[in-house]
Amino acid sequence: MSRVWKLPKLMAAVAAAALLAGCERPPVEVVQSGFRGTGMEQVVNPRRLVDQTYLNVLPERLDPASPDGPKAKDVYQNVKVLGDLSVGEFTRLMVAMNSWVAPKEGPNAACLYCHTNNFAEDTKYQKVVARKMIQMTRDINSNWKQHVADTGVTCWTCHRGQPVPTNVWFAPAPQKHATRMLGDKAEQNTPAASVGLSSLPYDPFGPYLEQARPIRVIGDTALPTGNRASTKQTEFTYGLMMHMSTALGVNCTYCHNTRAMAEWSQSPPQRATAWHGIRMARALNTEYMTPLTDVFPAQSRGPTGDVPKLNCATCHQGAYKPMYGQSMLKDHPELVGGGRPAAAAAPAAAPAAAFPATLFFAVGSAALDGEDLQVVNQIAAAMRGDPAVKVSISGFHSAAGDLAQNQELAKNRAFAVRGALIASGIAEDRLVLEKPAQTEANVSGEDPRSRRVDVAAR
Amino acid sequence: MAQYQPFVPQYQNLFTQVQVVAPLHDGPPLPTEYETRGRVFGATLSYWLGVIGNAQIGPIYLGTLGILSLFCGVVAFQIIGWNMLASVNYSPLEFLRQLPWLALEPPPPGYGLRIPPLNQGGWWLMTGFFLTASLLLWWARMYRRARQLGMGTHVAWAFMAAIWLYLVLGFFRPILMGSWGEAVPFGIFPHLDWTAAFSLRYGNLFYNPFHMLSIVFLYGATLLFAMHGATILAVTRYGGEREIEQIVDRGTASERAALFWRWTMGFNATMESIHRWAWWFAVLCPLTGGIGILLTGTVVDNWYLWAVKHGVAPAYPAVYVPAVDPASLIGVKP
Repeated sequence: MSRVWKLPKLMAAVAAAALLAGCERPPVEVVQSGFRGTGMEQVVNPRRLVDQTYLNVLPERLDPASPDGPKAKDVYQNVKVLGDLSVGEFTRLMVAMNSWVAPKEGPNAACLYCHTNNFAEDTKYQKVVARKMIQMTRDINSNWKQHVADTGVTCWTCHRGQPVPTNVWFAPAPQKHATRMLGDKAEQNTPAASVGLSSLPYDPFGPYLEQARPIRVIGDTALPTGNRASTKQTEFTYGLMMHMSTALGVNCTYCHNTRAMAEWSQSPPQRATAWHGIRMARALNTEYMTPLTDVFPAQSRGPTGDVPKLNCATCHQGAYKPMYGQSMLKDHPELVGGGRPAAAAAPAAAPAAAFPATLFFAVGSAALDGEDLQVVNQIAAAMRGDPAVKVSISGFHSAAGDLAQNQELAKNRAFAVRGALIASGIAEDRLVLEKPAQTEANVSGEDPRSRRVDVAAR
Repeated sequence: MAQYQPFVPQYQNLFTQVQVVAPLHDGPPLPTEYETRGRVFGATLSYWLGVIGNAQIGPIYLGTLGILSLFCGVVAFQIIGWNMLASVNYSPLEFLRQLPWLALEPPPPGYGLRIPPLNQGGWWLMTGFFLTASLLLWWARMYRRARQLGMGTHVAWAFMAAIWLYLVLGFFRPILMGSWGEAVPFGIFPHLDWTAAFSLRYGNLFYNPFHMLSIVFLYGATLLFAMHGATILAVTRYGGEREIEQIVDRGTASERAALFWRWTMGFNATMESIHRWAWWFAVLCPLTGGIGILLTGTVVDNWYLWAVKHGVAPAYPAVYVPAVDPASLIGVKP
């Protein structure tokens, strides 16, 4: 009998090993981020985090240079972007860029990675690209604060010591022999790293991070009212989300409440940051990378001749914030400024009517509904119309229920209004939070008027 | 005089421990025309099958319906297989490596219900035709085999419940939606990714009440199966495995099993009704599931919002500051 059983036992062992080969070893750490029982949690493998630490170490910072002395534009020729820096600051940035982007070229030949012996010449394509990238960096740090905040980015954020950042994307080569009579893959069904090795469409970047195809596919009404997004289109959106998840090392619940993916009022605040990130990647690809197409030599371009382009992984490289949110920008203030002129401000609405404003909330909720957003937009318009005005934001709660929980709720309501105003482009220092207050003279407990946030001019 | 035998609990093993080797058995006597026509294979014995079931293989009945069904099934299988092989440029190694990812996709939505070019879903449509023909022919074969043995047709109707779900997914719903592209791809991972995308598109299928029912019947069927299987094994020592006899002539096994469940939960199914329980749970799983799929996109566009509207989905206290849709704010880059 025992000999008869040997083969099946061996086969079972091999099958079990093969099935488990793709799994990560336990234990993993689970961090709860939402209300209990809703599955809002982040799953982290501590061993993989350890593997990633080397990626998130900052390079040695250089001592600050004196802003005094002659300006770079007066000393050097053909300085188009950084001319207003002092020669010292200018040189310091050049040295830093060398260690960020091309350290392997060695200290002597270092400058020659971009320059020729005539430093003013633009003959090397690397120099043309580098100039464009400095403009891009300054644009990001000035105009995309809704995504990069004050942490900002430097060349290092993407390059990490590599001439070409590790994570860039190209338009994929068309499927070989796809014109044949059979075997069309429909640009999916391939173990592709771009979509986390799923069988989803493997180029979500072209449609969403270059073109502006609609990402939202979920209907916003219970019954059909004309949303024609198909299941196949959903797979493309899903592919983009797989990329974002892989690039940030997070699961879906980092940005979504997965019971209702589309509901903003239930999503963690990170989702708004990510929303701006998608727009930022798209703008950078179309405004900075694609125009460089003819500058890049053929061997640096993709299979269809396109330039290397950026996506979430280019900066994030597996971390929820690049370098876990450590800022290098404070050591390089020269990387802020310039960029595109700010979008023409909307014609100033009558500011007087906006204050004081009151926003009402549902029971136990800190979510802004459609009416609230109109109020937020009026306040934001008024604040844009009068740059001097500051406002105070105070959150209130009703007297019913647990006091500590209610105070937390009132604070979250105020935070929600402040977050919406910041997202509308209002500087944070113009928004002052006031301590949460319980509604006075509300003895009967639950009162809809007390679930509110007041916004007043200071 | 029989010698005293120590008690050996053989029945507590997962596998059949004792195989009685007996002459091959052709089954009950039948009218000659049924017995001989269509029989293409004789019978034989297999030790390994005997470990998990009856050691006798065959005789297999393969009439016209069976042959047509197998033919259509093989055609569908070949179309899928050759398309998968062609999609990796006929590389056997890549075929093996990528097999779980490979698929035959339905046409892009732009073709609607028109007949697309072969390589743009035409093969998919053709596969659907042959696979459906194969399944329906196999169903007819099951029905006729049962009738000719003088049996009821319960197996055939249970199979029809599964065919209903298959047809809803690949035929009825795509027609109602006006696009073959809404149907499921033929592929291992791709059909799973399709399922997830489908749930995402329609606002979380878990809030679909027919999906809920389907899950109840799915898990319920496995639970009933486990309860019944365990009960019968537990009373095997009293002859409990002779279930059919005990339906009309309940013996001590049946009575013990019934009392066990009345003791533990107050109620017991009978030797007959437990099989009706199991049959209905199994059949209702794809039946309700199919209704749920059929309503999705055609009648309901967002199941979460539907559940909110009807008081199914609860609201939870806010723990974090919720996000605001930037697209609804003025002053945000579009």
